[in-house]
Amino acid sequence: MPLLEVTDLRAYFHTRKGLVKAVDGVGFTLEKGETLGIVGESGSGKSVTQLTLMGLLPSPPLKVESGKAMFGDIDLLNTSDSVLRQLRGNKISMIFQEPMTSLNPYLKIGTQLIEPLTEHRNMDKKQAWDEAEKALKRVGIAHPHTAMDAYPHEFSGGMRQRVMIAMALTTKPELLIADEPTTALDVTVQAQILELLKDIQQETGMSIIFITHDLGVVAGIADKVLVMYAGKVFEYGSTDSIFYDSQHPYTRALLKSTPRLDQENEALPPIGGSPPDLSRLTGGCPFYERCQYRMDECSTIWPEPKSFADSHKSYCHLERLPG
Amino acid sequence: MGLGYLVKRLLTMIPVFLAVVTLVFFTIRFAPGGPFDGERKLPPEIKANLDKKYNLDLPLWKQYLLYMRDLSRFDLGPSYKHSNRSVNDIIGEAFPVSLELGLWSLFWALLIGVTAGGLAAFRPNSLFDYIPMSISILGICLPTFVIGPLSILVFGLWLGWLPVAGWDTPADRILPSMTLGFAYAAYISRLTRGGLMEIRTQDFIRTARAKGLKESTIILKHSLRGGMLPVVSFLGPALAGLLSGALVTETIFNIPGLGRFFIQSALNRDYTVVMGTALLYFTLIFVSNFLVDIFYVILDPRVRYE
Amino acid sequence: MSDGLAATMESPIIVESNLKQESGGVSLWEDAFRRLLKNKMAVAGGIFILLEIILAIITPWIVPYGFEEQNLENWVLAPSAEHWMGTDALGRDLFTRVLYGGRISLLVGFLASFVSVIVGVVYGAVSGFLGGRVDNIMMRIVDVLYALPFVFLVIILMVFFGRNIFLLFIALGLTQWLTMARIVRGQVISLKEKEFVQAAHSVGVRRWHIIKRHLIPNSLGPVIVFMTLTVPSVILEEAFLSFLGLGVQAPMASWGTLISNGVEVMEIRPTVLLFPAMALAATLFSLNFLGDGLRDALDPKGAKD
Repeated sequence: MPLLEVTDLRAYFHTRKGLVKAVDGVGFTLEKGETLGIVGESGSGKSVTQLTLMGLLPSPPLKVESGKAMFGDIDLLNTSDSVLRQLRGNKISMIFQEPMTSLNPYLKIGTQLIEPLTEHRNMDKKQAWDEAEKALKRVGIAHPHTAMDAYPHEFSGGMRQRVMIAMALTTKPELLIADEPTTALDVTVQAQILELLKDIQQETGMSIIFITHDLGVVAGIADKVLVMYAGKVFEYGSTDSIFYDSQHPYTRALLKSTPRLDQENEALPPIGGSPPDLSRLTGGCPFYERCQYRMDECSTIWPEPKSFADSHKSYCHLERLPG
Repeated sequence: MGLGYLVKRLLTMIPVFLAVVTLVFFTIRFAPGGPFDGERKLPPEIKANLDKKYNLDLPLWKQYLLYMRDLSRFDLGPSYKHSNRSVNDIIGEAFPVSLELGLWSLFWALLIGVTAGGLAAFRPNSLFDYIPMSISILGICLPTFVIGPLSILVFGLWLGWLPVAGWDTPADRILPSMTLGFAYAAYISRLTRGGLMEIRTQDFIRTARAKGLKESTIILKHSLRGGMLPVVSFLGPALAGLLSGALVTETIFNIPGLGRFFIQSALNRDYTVVMGTALLYFTLIFVSNFLVDIFYVILDPRVRYE
Repeated sequence: MSDGLAATMESPIIVESNLKQESGGVSLWEDAFRRLLKNKMAVAGGIFILLEIILAIITPWIVPYGFEEQNLENWVLAPSAEHWMGTDALGRDLFTRVLYGGRISLLVGFLASFVSVIVGVVYGAVSGFLGGRVDNIMMRIVDVLYALPFVFLVIILMVFFGRNIFLLFIALGLTQWLTMARIVRGQVISLKEKEFVQAAHSVGVRRWHIIKRHLIPNSLGPVIVFMTLTVPSVILEEAFLSFLGLGVQAPMASWGTLISNGVEVMEIRPTVLLFPAMALAATLFSLNFLGDGLRDALDPKGAKD
């Protein structure tokens, strides 16, 4: 049984300016110990998808229109707030993009770090404090004992992200959702954090959903990749099939504009045009206007998925993307 | 830590205080008319005697130096109008009354303001939000000298619930202090609401939710501290406002406090009482701003390192 | 990471309609005006203030009685067809006095705010343009002055230098310029850092041109908002002083004077207190709503709730 199976998730924002279909028919499966990369531009719905699963978005304006998200035998989309709350920070942990603002500036690191343990593991403060200190050590904080008594602003961005990771891992979650955890960090720190996540995954066997806009990062960490655009899934498959046999024009364009270590970095062609306004979508493919392979039906009909080897799927009218 | 900063603040207060003393001293002395130029002209010899008694015959710079000398011994000099009473006596008698009025007002302001603002923030766009926020607009736009007489009229004269003048029984404290505190309750409720609403959109609150914390923990432990910072920084100006509001409140409710004395003495040109009272006001405001700063530093660890 | 990718990746899809923000000045003002019109409270406030200003100007020609016309037999009358708001303790027509009082209150409010804007703009602009040490010292002074309770200084000034209306609005204006100075300094400094001003400098455009084309249009919004919000606080301060008998002097009377007169007879005839109090409160309401509305309209991003 997969750890998490999401089918046909639709979550719309009902705003005064109209309906915004932020997540529109997203599905994926995640096995134990597996890493899924979700790739898309900001506004593609990749973060909203995860926040919806975790029940972290205010409703209204967000409303889940349809879908199932089975985590074991719990449907995350259809369970009580208190059940969700007991999963959060316990069996499912999250880390976020903004290490600078994701920690409470008014509270000591230690005070924040022990909260998942005291909340979900019924530990007393002393026990939790020791446990949290160990977690800090594990994520490579140099002086965990003094760090526990420090405030977030005394740390650099990379260090804060390590603290966030430590906080997410104290309860040994089965699933870690990492929402652009390395985007705000510089490249060397990025690599260190990715290494750290991979090491911990090896040790604990947890699954990871890794959300990013950077295909390069995904290549290093993910087993499977889901490409999202304007709230829809464009392509879904194993990392290899996405990188070496991508079937969607958008994925292809993304790949072309991603720098690669094994090739000389010439001018990287950016994708022309800009993403569509989500409140003004028509029935067709949202990439239509920017797509170099567009056909007439693309503007009106959203394609059925085309299947390729190893459950690799692409949502495009093209039979096969020309090499 | 932030200690150096606080010491520096204290040190900068000294020249400012001296500047204020000097400014007030010369403003009063350069004004036309003196303390003994009443409606009835005094005979010249008596006036000369009085001037001599209070050193008013000396050159201005000597008077200034004498005043500064006395001030350094915390002696604010004799009153010109209340013979045989020193300014220290008068302040010593009237200030506790004003202080009590001020503290009661601050108490009401914080109690009502934080409660109303908190309710509004956690039930936004409900009646808990609309009703207090509408009343608070009243509090901001209706000055104390309108609310005071109206409350006397309604609660004192028409309903007969509360005494409307004097400062003897505990019941005497209620109307004046609520009148004076009302406007600040209004400001504080809006600041509390705004501060808490802003905190709720912060990333770290999302983190707290992602940790699966209870709503009560999120509010009490993660939101309140940062959300109350705007209220804390408002307390300094609020105290200055309370002091000037007390001028009106004490006049309306006939309370023997410092504010009423200040106005009477100003109208009587009782130089030393005006000077002394004004200096006390300035000192109070400096000290309370300083305390508010310290409090702020305690609440917000980030400030300590700047 | 590639710049090209970053550029396309981070372009937000859900955009609010304030994209045009910094493009042409005209559309910005039109936009702001349209936003203002949507705010019903602000529009109502604006209309009320306009009416008040017109009334204040034409008061001498429309009032039915003289400002000081006493009729001791008709003291504290209830409102009636002859005396719309009744009469006061000296039998003077209250309607007439409220209108005249409004003239004084508005005059002091606007003139004092004008004084504060001038002082604030000059101080802030000088501080911002000069920058460096001078700027540092000038802003330190502002910080220190912020902590001073100006009301007491104004009282001392008014008492000892005679209660002269010109002194009054200068003194009141001088208590309000600090915030303006900070706003203008902030604008100047942020403009100095913006590329188009640096570009203009390097092209050798004259300083006055920069001020005229960039500084004034950019600062105008905050100045207008500040002015609208300063007028009510000055009116309030003046009423406060007049209530204590330290503001404008007889025969002149502002709303503060009328309220204080009303308190004396409120047991017999509450309307003598209520009408001037209502006039004052309505004006303060309107100006505050208008000011808030203008602030939200001119700065959509900073708009609260």
